[in-house]
Amino acid sequence: MSAFSGLTGFVLRRAVGALATLLALSVIVYVVFYAAPGDVAQITCGPRCSPEQVHQVAQQLRLDDPLHVRYWHFLQGIVAGHDYSTGTSVEHCPAPCLGVSYQSGRQVMDIITAKLPVSLSLVSGAMVLWLVLGVGTGVLSAWRRGRISERVLTAVTLAGTATPVFVIGLVLMIVVCGEFQWLPFPQYVSLTDDPEQWAWNLLLPWLSLALIEAATFARLTRAAMLETLAEDHIRTFRAYGVGERSVVGRHALRGALAPVIALNANNLGSAVGGAVLTETLFGLPGIGQELVHAVDVVDLPVVVGMVLIVGFFVVVANTVADVLFAVADRRVVLA
Amino acid sequence: MSEVLAASGAAATDVSVPAAPGARPFWRRLRAQRAALVAAAVVALLVLVALAAPLLTALEGQDPTSYHPDLIDSARGGVPVGAFGGAGADHWLGVEPQTGRDLFARLVYGARVSLGVALAATVVQIAIGVAVGVGAALGNRWIDQLLSRITDIIVALPLMIMSLALLAIVPQSFPRPVLVALVIGLIAWGNTAKIVRAQTLTLKGLDYVAAARLSGWGAWRITRRELLPGLAAPVITYAALLVPINISTEAALSFLGVGVKPPTPSWGQMLTAADVWYQAAPQYLMLPAGALFVTVVALTVLGDGVRTALDPRAASRLRVGTGRKREAGADKEDTA
Repeated sequence: MSAFSGLTGFVLRRAVGALATLLALSVIVYVVFYAAPGDVAQITCGPRCSPEQVHQVAQQLRLDDPLHVRYWHFLQGIVAGHDYSTGTSVEHCPAPCLGVSYQSGRQVMDIITAKLPVSLSLVSGAMVLWLVLGVGTGVLSAWRRGRISERVLTAVTLAGTATPVFVIGLVLMIVVCGEFQWLPFPQYVSLTDDPEQWAWNLLLPWLSLALIEAATFARLTRAAMLETLAEDHIRTFRAYGVGERSVVGRHALRGALAPVIALNANNLGSAVGGAVLTETLFGLPGIGQELVHAVDVVDLPVVVGMVLIVGFFVVVANTVADVLFAVADRRVVLA
Repeated sequence: MSEVLAASGAAATDVSVPAAPGARPFWRRLRAQRAALVAAAVVALLVLVALAAPLLTALEGQDPTSYHPDLIDSARGGVPVGAFGGAGADHWLGVEPQTGRDLFARLVYGARVSLGVALAATVVQIAIGVAVGVGAALGNRWIDQLLSRITDIIVALPLMIMSLALLAIVPQSFPRPVLVALVIGLIAWGNTAKIVRAQTLTLKGLDYVAAARLSGWGAWRITRRELLPGLAAPVITYAALLVPINISTEAALSFLGVGVKPPTPSWGQMLTAADVWYQAAPQYLMLPAGALFVTVVALTVLGDGVRTALDPRAASRLRVGTGRKREAGADKEDTA
């Protein structure tokens, strides 16, 4: 009973901690981008703005107010939404309001929700692939330790961790779509429109993103498996005559899964970075491509909004992983 | 009583720190690993190429930024004239499509950018990480809390996204390679700080540090003489693993067009347009991709080797592997 209340307390403390981290993240991101040297209105509006537009942006951004007042306004928008003037009419930006793009006039949250399905499709599909491939390879190479097959697997995973994601993607695209034309060049089809086309078109992006991450997971799983296989309880299983397949595949794997869960959450940030590259390379209209575009035209509200959204996902994933970790392994000190 | 303390203080100054295995055993353990040795040779060669870039291009008689419109077939969309992408005695590896810039020169100058940016970024990461980590471990409860929370937030920042965004708002007049190194270094120091903090806390509890404190040493002297040498092994290991990651990051940022900008050549940036030209000038894609691949693999293998050589538990691990006899012999040599 006390263990349960300890766990609840742990979850609550973690949630509060995550909230504090997100708040601090928003302060840092906001200050870094809006307190940058230079004409903020000009930078925010972008290089192609007329002087009238710059003046309008300066008014909308309340540049006469001190920075902390402006940040407070931004935070209010996220929590409660706020109204803004487009010059001709007053629009409402509902919570969570991340501001308005000065390039397209669209609300940042609308842009993000429009692009999110593509990025989620890419990352979630790739995640299934890299977990299956990575953990499978890791288990296999721990089991086959010392044999030639293990050496080959080690070399392959090393090459995998060392190859930049866009190089793999580039080579895959040229070989599969260009040279042999096994697949058409990927074009995003929505899952709800045509699930089969969705999967076929995402196959190469999934592979490019997953191969790199899988290599990292394979190395970690192998190390964790070797450690677990050396433990006493595994020796006991073997002594009782439990089959090798069951010892490795069930009992040792269970002990090795905790670090894999932790790494998966920690790696989400780098996976999102990989997703930006994959989307740009394959021309998938996701968050990453939109971010690269926003960076290109210096559309600051969109850039800030996207950095915060990605940071939000990373913090949430880490918190969930911490909790899962504590649930899966009761030896974790709940502090 | 004071005599005892003085004696222990003297012992702390005389006896060298036991945490790091020392330079000579380190090299021996590194040499015991064949893969690491090969990787070290490749890395040395790459560094040499990067340093000698002006010499090599002078030998070829080209430079990385001159356009050669006469070597480009504008009727065919900018494809290099001649077989093998225009490769020959004048241009050893051919020329770039559309511009006709010399590929060999761009490749060797690209090595300077890749290695230089990655090393500079690593130095920044390690400097901040060590300062914050040691500060958190030695400071009082509040300083530790503050620095640890800041570290947590930094770790939560997605490196690619954040550097992509940061690089966009800095004026273009700022020298790009320096900027890329700074941005990577300023964003990605969180894990270094965490490792250093944990290691410093462990060292702080060891007897020789307690002895130094009891003999009246100041915090600064203890840090410099007793703690930093003990931190050398984990920090060097982590730095060696950071360099290849930084190379990939720089290449990715330049590939996306926000990193190192033309005319300065960078391998990642060379790949930006390469997919369009792979049929007409395949080496335009394969050279920078291959250079990146070899460099990152070599640095990763070397980093793994450094880790094994510096890890106190690695002696047994080395014995399990192929270097059994050599390492066992080395151990005997050690005790002799």
